Amino acid sequence: MGEILLDVKDLKTRFRSRGSLVHAVNGVSFHVNRGETLGVVGESGCGKSVTMLSLLRLLPPAAQVESGRALFEGQDLLKMNFGQIQKVRGGKIGLIFQDPMTSFNPVLTIGDQVGESLIYHRRASKEVALKRTVELLRLVGIPDPEQRIKDYPHQFSGGMRQRAMIAMALACEPGLIIADEPTTALDVTIQAQIVELVKDLRDRLGVAIIWITHDLSLVAGLADRIMVMYAGTIVEEATVEELFDDPRHPYTLGLLSALPAFQAEKNVRRLASIPGSPPIYANRPLLAHFSCAVLSPWNVASQNYPHYSRSPLEKMPAIARPVL
Amino acid sequence: MTSTSQPLIRAVNLVKYFPVRLGAYGEKKAIVHAVDNVSFEIQAGETLGLVGESGCGKSTTGFTFLQLHRPTSGKCYFKDIDLTALSENELRPFRRKIQIIFQDPYSTLNPRMTIGAALAEPILAHKLATKETVTERVVTLLKDVGLSEKALNRYPHEFSGGQRQRICIARALACEPEFIVCDEPISALDVSIQAQIINLMQDLQEKYNLTYLFIAHDLSVVKHICNRVGVMYLGRMAEMGTKEQIFAEPKHPYTRALLSAVPVPNPHIEKTRKRQVLAGDVPSAIEPPSGCHFHPRCPIAVDRCKTEAPEWRQMDDGRWVACHKA
Repeated sequence: MGEILLDVKDLKTRFRSRGSLVHAVNGVSFHVNRGETLGVVGESGCGKSVTMLSLLRLLPPAAQVESGRALFEGQDLLKMNFGQIQKVRGGKIGLIFQDPMTSFNPVLTIGDQVGESLIYHRRASKEVALKRTVELLRLVGIPDPEQRIKDYPHQFSGGMRQRAMIAMALACEPGLIIADEPTTALDVTIQAQIVELVKDLRDRLGVAIIWITHDLSLVAGLADRIMVMYAGTIVEEATVEELFDDPRHPYTLGLLSALPAFQAEKNVRRLASIPGSPPIYANRPLLAHFSCAVLSPWNVASQNYPHYSRSPLEKMPAIARPVL
Repeated sequence: MTSTSQPLIRAVNLVKYFPVRLGAYGEKKAIVHAVDNVSFEIQAGETLGLVGESGCGKSTTGFTFLQLHRPTSGKCYFKDIDLTALSENELRPFRRKIQIIFQDPYSTLNPRMTIGAALAEPILAHKLATKETVTERVVTLLKDVGLSEKALNRYPHEFSGGQRQRICIARALACEPEFIVCDEPISALDVSIQAQIINLMQDLQEKYNLTYLFIAHDLSVVKHICNRVGVMYLGRMAEMGTKEQIFAEPKHPYTRALLSAVPVPNPHIEKTRKRQVLAGDVPSAIEPPSGCHFHPRCPIAVDRCKTEAPEWRQMDDGRWVACHKA
């Protein structure tokens, strides 16, 4: 693969909550190449969003990056001063959030908001910014953009707002876009529209994407590489084909087996579920990993997966595949 | 339907309109066509899935059948009894037979009631047990859904989302129902927890011969749990058939588009698959398009679709469909 765009090493983020420390991100290392799409998958509270917020230093006051480095185009995001990180946010790294309903300012027009980063980062005049905004909205497939820039967010539907959000993220031609569950709030048909749009834009503009999601099926067709997170750590990281054809970590296997669609061909009546719930951070000892003992009740070999008949427990380091 | 036995559940031409007022001073009256002429039957022990995009009226259909909303017109039969003709008082004995599980296990449990009290309440209200024997019944219920009796004196906030949904299921089961409307019971849960709840619901169905109306927007879940599937679009039923018919050989263009939009957890298929992506958004239910509601987004629409609503008709293979071109 190409040149490394973002290189994160041993990132640790802690939350202070009522006197106890919550280890939300616990030594995460990964990288993103130029033009590559990285899928980040995990259940609620596994630390996938906090990881990305740590990179852009958008954490709430209770949270703190404890250690690690995050080189983006050779510069450490975690060591930048306010002015420098402001240039990165929305300028070199675009962001798309989950909820397109609440991520816009309701009293400003779409045109003002999408073009704002151009005025801020590129020192564009208002006229130039508006002209570019029209182009951007056309690029993301909003019909009649000359008129729509005068609309307020409530006049847009959910799917349209998410398109506008993508336009906003693309405004300054960033090298990387971080998309935090961008389609979770949308219907499946609108989700398909957005995914197709993002694929198309990625191929045309060559932008790298980090796509955070809890839905493994969604990144199957979208990502080049996937990392699976559990309890603040990366438990498996592999190319998309490797991950789906031969999942190595029992947690990945558990996640896949819990998908009805993954089981459809095998025609099983019972879904394999992971017993219990994900751990609660405050009660968790430092560096707790997915316990194999937790998994053993669902004996993988007995559930008619010829593919997984050998015990997956034999090989279960925290990251089964070496990271480049 | 093909079966000749008497269905447990039968909805006939169910209609639910909500009057709303628009404009700053509510000066404009309008009608939301939430459910528009929907008919279905469910046999005892069967699961009918209801799918569609948000706002297509699938939840309203469930609520209206249970008489939580009184229908604008149409009939709802439970066995042979028309629920729409009964007053609230007359309905009460039937309430225990028809239950509901809601989507959000966080907001549907009273935070100030212990689990024991919440589960005992419906049992006592229907006089199915006395104060002395009710605890025993509640413990059995908790065991049925995989919780221990320690839960009795605890409060909802002490449980995780999956456990709370188990409690909601136990509450629905408390009065020995025959029919349960499951309104997106797993959408608020994490993937691994979803699988637990699906398994639990299937086990309970077998154990107590329950009949489900399973409302969901996740098609793969519906494919897993349901016998038959109904696809709704903007208040109307588009297609209904066995799950094999709907998933293997969809006849309605909307069903095809919906299926094509669902991502498959297989990168080899996903990368080569040609998707049929529906353009545009779901139109408003206040002013639904003329003729077939789907025609503005339909890839195969003809002029007739703009003026004439397609008839809800049964095809040779037993499925029902509403499309001129099917």
